[in-house]
Amino acid sequence: MLKRTPLFAAHQLLGAHLVEFGGWEMPVQYTGIVDEHQAVRQAAGMFDISHMGEFRVTGPGAAAFLNHALTNDIHRLAIGQGQYTLLCNEHGGVVDDLYGYRLDTDDYLLIVNASRIGADWDWLQGQVDLCRAPDGFELRDESDATAAIAVQGPRVVEFINDTVAGGSIDGAMVPHVTDLKKNQVGGFVFQGVPIYVARTGYTGEDGFELMLPASLAEAVWNTLLTCGRPAGLKPAGLGARDTLRTEMGFPLYGHELDEETTPIEAGLTHFVALDKGEFVGRATLAAQKEAGVRRRCVAFRMTEKSAPPRPHYAIWSTGATAVAIGEVVSGTPSPTLGVGIGMGYVTPGFAVPGTEMAIEIRGRRVPAMVVAKPIYRRAAPVVPPKAS
Amino acid sequence: MSNVPSELRYAKSHEWLRVAGDTGTVGLTDHAQHELTDVVFVELPAVGRNLQAGETCAVVESVKTASDVYSPVAGTVTAVNAVVVDNPALINTDPYGAGWLFQLKLGAAAPVDVLLDAAAYRKLIGAG
Repeated sequence: MLKRTPLFAAHQLLGAHLVEFGGWEMPVQYTGIVDEHQAVRQAAGMFDISHMGEFRVTGPGAAAFLNHALTNDIHRLAIGQGQYTLLCNEHGGVVDDLYGYRLDTDDYLLIVNASRIGADWDWLQGQVDLCRAPDGFELRDESDATAAIAVQGPRVVEFINDTVAGGSIDGAMVPHVTDLKKNQVGGFVFQGVPIYVARTGYTGEDGFELMLPASLAEAVWNTLLTCGRPAGLKPAGLGARDTLRTEMGFPLYGHELDEETTPIEAGLTHFVALDKGEFVGRATLAAQKEAGVRRRCVAFRMTEKSAPPRPHYAIWSTGATAVAIGEVVSGTPSPTLGVGIGMGYVTPGFAVPGTEMAIEIRGRRVPAMVVAKPIYRRAAPVVPPKAS
Repeated sequence: MSNVPSELRYAKSHEWLRVAGDTGTVGLTDHAQHELTDVVFVELPAVGRNLQAGETCAVVESVKTASDVYSPVAGTVTAVNAVVVDNPALINTDPYGAGWLFQLKLGAAAPVDVLLDAAAYRKLIGAG
């Protein structure tokens, strides 16, 4: 029996095409993956992310516990600020990638991947058991009681303040939702009920992620639709979520990340604060940063029209002495670029943007090129020269 | 509600066949394109290739998956639709017309009658 979010009925009403994802019955698309992807890039799209997990960590010992369990430096967070971070095992392998928000002085919210809720909870509980001062903090799983909706796109700013009116009551103190800076989170009131709104997302567009009680989900979803439709807001499913994040080169657990892969190999060294003190996996990660790794994650694009690259396709070097150099972990057509794109792991010598390689697609080696992330970048507006 | 033209024959693997004399035209049904969602790439068989009934002969890729296409009947490929190779979305917008995939010279003993008629196909997809 698949799990359903509080928005399941809303998806059915919208005619969503539902599929199984990590034990959940979720919309893969409503009007079409390409249509929804383009809506996010040009106007706005909204995603039910209620299947994701929410853990609350509170108490004076919360920060120390989290800084021991996570790779990024939680002490960098001001109240009302979030950061991308990773949970690693003793070998530096990734248990999950997640966002951590500091809601208040000693109050933290972790948003984890839906497919890893159980694994993360077990891992963190194991860390609590090993902890010398477990009484200084409390760890709670709020996943079942919490719904979440992501609304992303350049036109979200036109309607989000009408959807969630007023200023924040805690977290980052701002007069309107649109005054939140990137990575800030605030507590707001929606129909008399406290919710959290963060200026974060997984698409590369401006946008917000709303965390709210499960019982409020339909009300927030429907209000967003009413306020947002005039600006071109469309519901968007997991299909578009995947094409959007791949264009950004963002990792997805189970593809770029797993328990046998370290953040260093994945190109996420920026989110590993080796100098903050001891944390789980530090020794391995420090050694890898020093000595190098045996495989590195790269983003690539196909350089000729072809069938799309897909996970597990082999990657080859080119030329007369071509050898197998790695494997694709994410691959998809890019709706924005009109060409196949993806990410894969290759031997480090090939991990340089501009390097030619070939993806083996149904027995044929098709040319591709390593590119820097993000794979798609919005062209910067032309700034006219200042008059002298 | 799936479109199932009554003059065509259908394979259980969701290909349709239009017969005119000893020429057969093959494509994917409306039901198939709906399940596939946005088609982004098509790979068609080589002209001149001999096919058995049920043989894998083409690939249609959507954003999320690659799907094999099976020849509904035995025959020799006489033409492929170059237009659909350049514009794969035709499979979604016009699966029985401009979205056709390839044509065959039907084998002498081509068992067209083994294929489903429109009523049987509608029953298969739960639309009738």
